[in-house]
Amino acid sequence: MCRLAAISSESYISPLENVLALETMKEGHDGSGMGLMLKDLGGEFEELKDYPILSGICSQSGYRALNEYMQGLGFEEKHMWSPPVRPMPGIAKRDYYFAKVYQYPADYAGKPRAQKEDLLLRTRLALRKMGEADESIVVFSFYPDVVTLKEVGDPLALGEFFGLEKAGLSARVILAQGRQNTNYAINLYACHPFFLQGFGTMTNGENTAFVPIREYLTSRGFPGYMGYNSDSEVFTHILHYAVGRLGFPLTYYKDIITPLRPRECDRRADRGALALIRSSLRMLTIDGPNCNIGFLPDGTTYMVQDSKKLRPGAVGGVPGRYALMSEQCGLESAVPRRDRERDVFPMKYDMAIVSPRAGEVRVWNQLTGAFMESPEPSGAGARV
Amino acid sequence: MQQALDNNHELPLEEFPYIVRWSEERCKRCGRCTAVCPVKAIEPTIRVERRVYSEGPEPTPQAARRITQVVRQVRDIARYCVGCSSCALVCPNEAIRPEYNPRNKLLTFRSRGGDAYKRGGRRNDPGVGTLDKLKFSRISMLTDPALDAGRHEFKLTTLLGRILPAEGLPLRADNGGLAVDAEAFVPPVREIYPIMIGSMSVGALSPPMWEGLAMGVAYLNEEMGMPVVMCTGEGGMPPRLLRSRFLKYFILQIASGYFGWDEIVRAIPDMVEDPCAIEIKYGQGAKPGDGGLLMAYKVLKLIAEIRGVPLGVDLASPPTHQTKYSIEEAVAKMITSMSMAWGFRVPVYPKISGTKTARAVLNNLARNPYAAALSIDGEDGGTGAAYNVSMDKMGHPIASNLRECYLDLVRQGKQNELPLVAAGGVGKKGNLAANAAALIMLGASAVSIGKYIMQAAADCYGNEYNRCNLCNTGRCPRGITTQDPKLYRRLDSEKVAERVVQTFKVADTELRKIFAPMGRSTELPIGMSDGLSVADKAIAERLKIDYAC
Repeated sequence: MCRLAAISSESYISPLENVLALETMKEGHDGSGMGLMLKDLGGEFEELKDYPILSGICSQSGYRALNEYMQGLGFEEKHMWSPPVRPMPGIAKRDYYFAKVYQYPADYAGKPRAQKEDLLLRTRLALRKMGEADESIVVFSFYPDVVTLKEVGDPLALGEFFGLEKAGLSARVILAQGRQNTNYAINLYACHPFFLQGFGTMTNGENTAFVPIREYLTSRGFPGYMGYNSDSEVFTHILHYAVGRLGFPLTYYKDIITPLRPRECDRRADRGALALIRSSLRMLTIDGPNCNIGFLPDGTTYMVQDSKKLRPGAVGGVPGRYALMSEQCGLESAVPRRDRERDVFPMKYDMAIVSPRAGEVRVWNQLTGAFMESPEPSGAGARV
Repeated sequence: MQQALDNNHELPLEEFPYIVRWSEERCKRCGRCTAVCPVKAIEPTIRVERRVYSEGPEPTPQAARRITQVVRQVRDIARYCVGCSSCALVCPNEAIRPEYNPRNKLLTFRSRGGDAYKRGGRRNDPGVGTLDKLKFSRISMLTDPALDAGRHEFKLTTLLGRILPAEGLPLRADNGGLAVDAEAFVPPVREIYPIMIGSMSVGALSPPMWEGLAMGVAYLNEEMGMPVVMCTGEGGMPPRLLRSRFLKYFILQIASGYFGWDEIVRAIPDMVEDPCAIEIKYGQGAKPGDGGLLMAYKVLKLIAEIRGVPLGVDLASPPTHQTKYSIEEAVAKMITSMSMAWGFRVPVYPKISGTKTARAVLNNLARNPYAAALSIDGEDGGTGAAYNVSMDKMGHPIASNLRECYLDLVRQGKQNELPLVAAGGVGKKGNLAANAAALIMLGASAVSIGKYIMQAAADCYGNEYNRCNLCNTGRCPRGITTQDPKLYRRLDSEKVAERVVQTFKVADTELRKIFAPMGRSTELPIGMSDGLSVADKAIAERLKIDYAC
């Protein structure tokens, strides 16, 4: 089972903190890969928040082809970041790792955001297609204020490989996944977290309802719903579909992937809407076992479980810094100074939601359709 | 001059599908077997024997004639033994039984008088069909834990009715949540059990059989919490039931003969519940392109009253709805008018026979916002009366027909909007749950059963070896498909109801045993084709599932 480590912070933090949290949870992953996704970037990207960043890996030939393609579209390279790669045993180094910041093509300057997002998506998919056969171009995300890094290897070794301690990378929201490669061949596109137009998620477990969900998403006619080298990629796309395209509040994501039983719906004030959603989106019901962690375009992060609660998951922290981890030891690593009495272990009906910039963590209960009152700390044993 | 033997109008027993084995020694001549035989294939008769015997101290052979009572199989092809085994069942001494004769030439000799051979029953194909070749091979064990079929909570229900696409839901933001726009039209949708009892009419079935099914269905809903529904078939239903609260468990069928619809229409103002759905029958799998036929000898008083027809006449439904001349009319007009009759509160869907043109119908329905589903009946479906050639040689197997329809909907992104109901051979070899699960994973939202429930709930004699097949003649030896009180009194409706409940309970357990190891419990695995595999490359390719051998 993969291990998941997400940190939401008011100040910019280094992805190394996520890697160290993954390390404490090491027995859960076999080190067959790691994915890092940074949102709300600091450091050298802080001043470039409005410009799209293309994250990827290229061979020499792929790199040339990519640059030519981007120039052809009218994208002007504004800034380029690449990690100070340090060769490590067991990690096969590729030619180029990069996060390139671009200026939109001139004719897109005054266009609305939706059109820009459409352009970014189509560009990323075209690049992916160009390099898919020979793996000369691998692109993970192309979006403002988001950087993605993925590679095959042990997370700690990869942290060293990418030189994360001096790479100058920092962000307010960072997702990291330590991979255990059980189902599919090692493929960078199968590595979490996944990203689509401002939405990022990572998941552990196996999504047994993958095929009907994939068929449903790909039949929506939206070009971004593609790929699916991992059965978990659909979580990102369901989130994108529900919140981004249908415009539902985030909590309905939980209602879609793990719908309530009819008699349970009766307790909710919005039971009429629930019944419709439950029918119309029944194909998107996941059947677990899954712990799913993700973020929204506004920087909100969340953790949600499958309806059988077959995976562990813990959320905790202090205002200004919250961690969403698949194991409690990861929480210990990320936020040791916190009140453990206030740790949240989301159960089958819960959705733990951390507000942007780690303002607070609230637990939304699916049965009542309301946020739960925050429990008072007991005092005894609390270490702040 | 010796009289010439004139037996040429008879056939040797070797030509018959079943040869009655009768034991002279065991038979005590009680006459039960000949009395009970539904086709009069055996008869009591006498045999004159010449016996040579000797008495006294020295051999003095003498001849004597003796008359013995025997049971004889009739050699008239019009009264061939159908193999039902009623004789064996009533024999107190195990002296008689029919034996299947695989070298029979029934079809060669059966068509007498220029009338093509008609029969009831099943397709009589003892081969293993596609559904029974499919296996469930995606088993969770180590990568992720399997579920516990006995302890996990499973949701084994499905939806019948037109489902709005998510993009078209009449929802608006409301205080941080979503609320339904009260003005918007939302098509009716029913949550039902994924195995439903398919259309078998009052008339085709005997009163205790139909009543038993209905009681079983009501019990399943009200006591077991299983929302099983059944279709009435053509011919309406008892008026008292139309006005009862149980109507919600029934799908009313309207077929091209419109039998029973006068009563239904008259009852609408008095209905206290809406029916579950309305099924418009355009075809049936066993005799595709053919209409229904209830033969005259089944049209007795009760049936004539319910259907509003004279006693004792053949009730033929035409192959098409005669007032409709195109798919637009047939689909749009009928669906809309039937929907309107119940104030658009009841799902209305058509049932067609499995055919290469099913996709054309499907695509028409997909564009009709009032079409609630499509039911496809494959070639293995049974029927009350059909020409042998229709039953054996016409039709399309359900597995591939359903699959291509489902994938067609997937291509259009409408796989959840228009539920597909699959029928025809579900449970043919007894594997009800496995067949149903396979069809669901190929894309069916629900399956219909007919023959299976008759076999399971009423111990129907028929099998795939041309056995019995008397459903159309009104002489069903079990009392399932007859209107003759002497015969249907053999069937106890309470027992039928009990067996219906047991059958569904067992299927429910088996469905869980299939879905649990595949990790599915929250939602029915409609379209989860990665769970299936088959050791036949052609089938795998056609159904787009894994080949595993």
